[in-house]
Parts: sequence; structure tokens; C-alpha cells
Amino acid sequence: MIKELHEKLISGETTSTKLTEEYFGKIEKKDKDIQAYLTLTKDLALEQARAVDEKIKKGEAVDILAGLPCAIKDNMCIAGVRTTAASKILDNYIAPYDATAIRKLKEKKAVFLGKTNLDEFAMGSSTENSAYQITRNPNDLERVPGGSSGGSAAAVAGDEAVWALGSDTGGSIRQPASFCGIVGLKPTYGRVSRHGLLAMASSLDQIGPLAKTVEDAAIVLSRIIGEDGKDATVASEFGKKYEDYLTGDISKIKIGVPKEYMADGMDEKVKEKFQEAVDKFKKMGAEVREISLPHSKYSLAAYYLIMPSEVSSNLARFDGIKYGFRADDQKDSDFDGIARNLFETYLDTRKYGLGKEVKRRIFLGTYALSAGYYDAYYLKAQKVRALIKKDFEETLEEVDFIFSPTTPETAFKIGEKTEDPLRMYLSDVFTISANLSGVPAISFPIGKINEEDGKELPIGGQLMGKWFDEEGILNAAHAFEIN
Amino acid sequence: MILSKDEVKNIASLARIGIEDKEIEDYQKNLSEILDYFKELEGLDTNSIEPIGHITGRSDVSRKDERGEVARKEREDILNNAPERKDNYVKVKSVL
Repeated sequence: MIKELHEKLISGETTSTKLTEEYFGKIEKKDKDIQAYLTLTKDLALEQARAVDEKIKKGEAVDILAGLPCAIKDNMCIAGVRTTAASKILDNYIAPYDATAIRKLKEKKAVFLGKTNLDEFAMGSSTENSAYQITRNPNDLERVPGGSSGGSAAAVAGDEAVWALGSDTGGSIRQPASFCGIVGLKPTYGRVSRHGLLAMASSLDQIGPLAKTVEDAAIVLSRIIGEDGKDATVASEFGKKYEDYLTGDISKIKIGVPKEYMADGMDEKVKEKFQEAVDKFKKMGAEVREISLPHSKYSLAAYYLIMPSEVSSNLARFDGIKYGFRADDQKDSDFDGIARNLFETYLDTRKYGLGKEVKRRIFLGTYALSAGYYDAYYLKAQKVRALIKKDFEETLEEVDFIFSPTTPETAFKIGEKTEDPLRMYLSDVFTISANLSGVPAISFPIGKINEEDGKELPIGGQLMGKWFDEEGILNAAHAFEIN
Repeated sequence: MILSKDEVKNIASLARIGIEDKEIEDYQKNLSEILDYFKELEGLDTNSIEPIGHITGRSDVSRKDERGEVARKEREDILNNAPERKDNYVKVKSVL
């Protein structure tokens, strides 16, 4: 889709200004139902569009992303634009600088339509945990778009943006991509700088693209990678263009299907659809075999220890002093502490500024890291993480990619799981291992499933690959898509 | 395992989050349920395992120890985000 639109801009068939206005028109029409956007940046977008149009008019070369309107998850900073992370505690926060991914996109002259909804601070699997609004799945407005990048996924699936950026800590790009019927990629940990991404769990977070096609995701990824001197975990890159690796040939590759993922809990129809996808890969010449990731049954428990621990530490900065919301009412707390005045500012600011799920995770992390529990919880989980990584190292010697459904079920109904956090957490069961082990993973549509209520809902397949082999999983997903 | 009311209060205090009495029971239930789920890890022998540091093994990344420049506008933007400022300072409530 990006390539075609780029050609239209270059040939003069349309202009970036026209295209941008068209998208704002679509947003105006559709977003009152879908509710993907939290903030629209119309002035910025039209200014960016005009600049691209002028360049093209002068005959200057522009990047393939130039002038194309995109959406940004509202946990990434765009200088001068409100950045809330869907939390009341950042209701009035205006980002003073650009995230590295944003700066790189600005250099390529991308056009920013606005900031999209998410679960508060990216904590959730349904985008129902936003302090502002519930985003709906464009395929069925009664269902969730998945989360936490649900706004970005819904914006792309609902034609309210050409492509979008999301962030993925345990599946937050891939699970909504699966639920909405689009492509979502979580790069290898360290592929994209996290500078300017509001931190959730620093050892797991990665920024990545959501797009209509695998090629589009490849194009976007190529333009946001690389070192910036601001995130010490970022690996160097050498101007790689992932779109150049999409040969569509997968005749010699080996794909492993983890037997542990096929066990109980998976929807029968998802299983069937997945089997069809496996057969298709075989027909295209790939070798598919069963593999084992013996420690995968521990991954959810390890994840739900490591993530909240890092959350509790990262979110300590939201205290009503440096930025964001501050509670002035200090009458409600019954804690006795030193420096009562300041202490109560903290208590009340965080009490009223943070949502229920965020507090739950901060409490869990605080408990897991508190004196006497560190060894039993956090340290143990980091050891289990080492075992999970070893599973991947050994398996990825044997096969090129690991293939599974992205999610054990299709999009669920709004409100269905909000009262049961543990059940909600199970939505991430196939996606979190890629974050724990750091490998890249892509979700792409493998078909649609007829639900009992007559609705047709998309489901995604997930390919995980070797560390820094984004080109491999992109090419395999691309081959699937075009065949 | 059930967390006691006092334990929940203590966690909330450590986390600097005010809670109301009527919320405590809810957190007791939710948190205990999730903590029970972690029991799954107990059966796994990890005595000889080194915990993960950085997942792709990068280490000792450093930059030159030099002063960075912040543009006047950026400094203003940062200060303007503070709930209370006085001149070029962020104002904090009295500590003592």
C-alpha cells in the first residue's frame, strides 16, 4: 500500500495535502464509532504534508514514507504534542522532545495524523484500560481491538491511517494486529531505540510497525532502526532496507511448530485455521516439523513477575512533582509517614492519577522486589528467563522460524474479561516468549473465522526468528501473504 | 496464599499509592490470586542457572563524559510541564 501511494505522489496523481485531508475526512466519519485516536495533530500534519508537496513539485527526491499519513501510539513523544499514555496522570503533559523513532520519521518526512489510544501505560490486552475511551474493533464494533496498541491497530484496520507505530512489551503490537486482521512486528530487543517511549518494562519494551501488508511493515521498520546514543541497548545497523529482502522464496526454509503451544486452551477453529496455514507453508516448499520449547509453560508466570517489577520502578517517576497531574487534596490518606506534606502529595497524586490495572501491577512489582522476596520472585524469574532463552537458542539451531497462532482465540467482546485479570493475561500466552527471549516476531493474517454470532473475525499467525533476523520473518510472512 | 490487610497497606505505602479501606479486600483477592499463579515456578530447579542480564548480551556501552546542551526552548518546555515552578526551578512541597 505504501509503494502505491508513494507512486501516486511522485506521479502527481495526488498530493500529500489531499491525501492527508482525505484521511482526516475518514477519521471524522469513522472515529466516533471506532475511537482509535486520543489526539489529532491536524496543524502539524498539514504543515508536514505541504513541505513534502513543495519538495515533490521542485522535483526533489523524497523517501517512500514521505507525505504518507500515519498514526502514533500515545506513549511516544512528539515534541509539542500532548502525550498521555492514556493515563490521567499525564493528562496535561506536552512532550518537550521527539522520541528517536519520531525524529527518524520526521527526517523521512512522514505525516503524523495524531496519537492513538492504548491501555494505560501500555498495560493491558484490550485497550479497555484507557483512562479516556474504549477503542472498538473495526471488524465488529462490539469487540475489543486487542491491546495495548489497540488504537494504532484499529486506526490501520479501519483505514484511518496508512500505517502506525505501536510498542510491544508482551504482545502489544502482535495481539491487536491478530485481532484486527493486519500485520504487526515486534523487532529484536535492541533493534529500535526506546528513547522517548514512555517506559513500561525496560528489558522487554520495543517499538514496531503496524501496517496493512508485510511489505509496508518492512518499509517502516527500515526507517526507525539504529543507534542514537540515547539507548545503550540498541544494536548498530548498516542502513539495511528490509523491503529489499522480500523475495517471496521460502523453498529451503525450516519451520518449527512448538508442541507446547498446541496443547489445551486453544479455540478449535483457531487450531483448524492454523493447520491450514501450516499446509500452505508446506505447499510453498517449506519444511515444517514439530519442535519443543520445554520451558514455555513457565513463561507467563515469569513474565508477570519481571514486567510488574520493572513497571513499579519505572512508574515511580509519576509523583506529581516534575510533570503531569498533582493532587492537591491531601485529606484522604490515613498513612503516617515522615514529611507528611510531601508524602501525602505522592499518595494522593498516584491514587487519583493512576488507573486500577496500573496500580495492581505496581503493587505486584513492589511486593516482588521488597525485602525478603527478591530472591524468590524477581531473581527466580530472571533465571527462568535464562532457561526460556536457551530453549530458543537450541531450537533456532534446528529450524529457521517458529510458527504458531498469534493468539489462542479471536477478538473477545468488550467487557468480557475486565473483571478477571488472570484470564486477560492469558491472551498473551503465545506472544510473551518473544519478549522474554528478545527474538523478533511478526503477526500476519492467516484467515478469518466464522463466529457463532455470524460475525467473521480475523486471526493472525506468528513467526518468531533468530535474534536480528527481521528480514527472515518478514520474507516468510510476505511469501505467505502473496501466495 | 492470602495477603493480609496489613501487607496490602504496607505494599501501598512502599509504592506511594493511597488506597481506601474498601479497596483493600479487592487487592487482597486479586494480588493473592496472581501470586498463587507464580507457584508454578517453584517446581523448577534453577540453582545452577545464571539470571539473565541483557538479553542480547550487549555490555559496557558508554558515551563520552561530556556536558550536553539543552536548548533554551526545550528547557522552558520541560519546566512548563511541572505542576509548580518558580523561576528556573521546579517547586516542591516542604520536606521537613
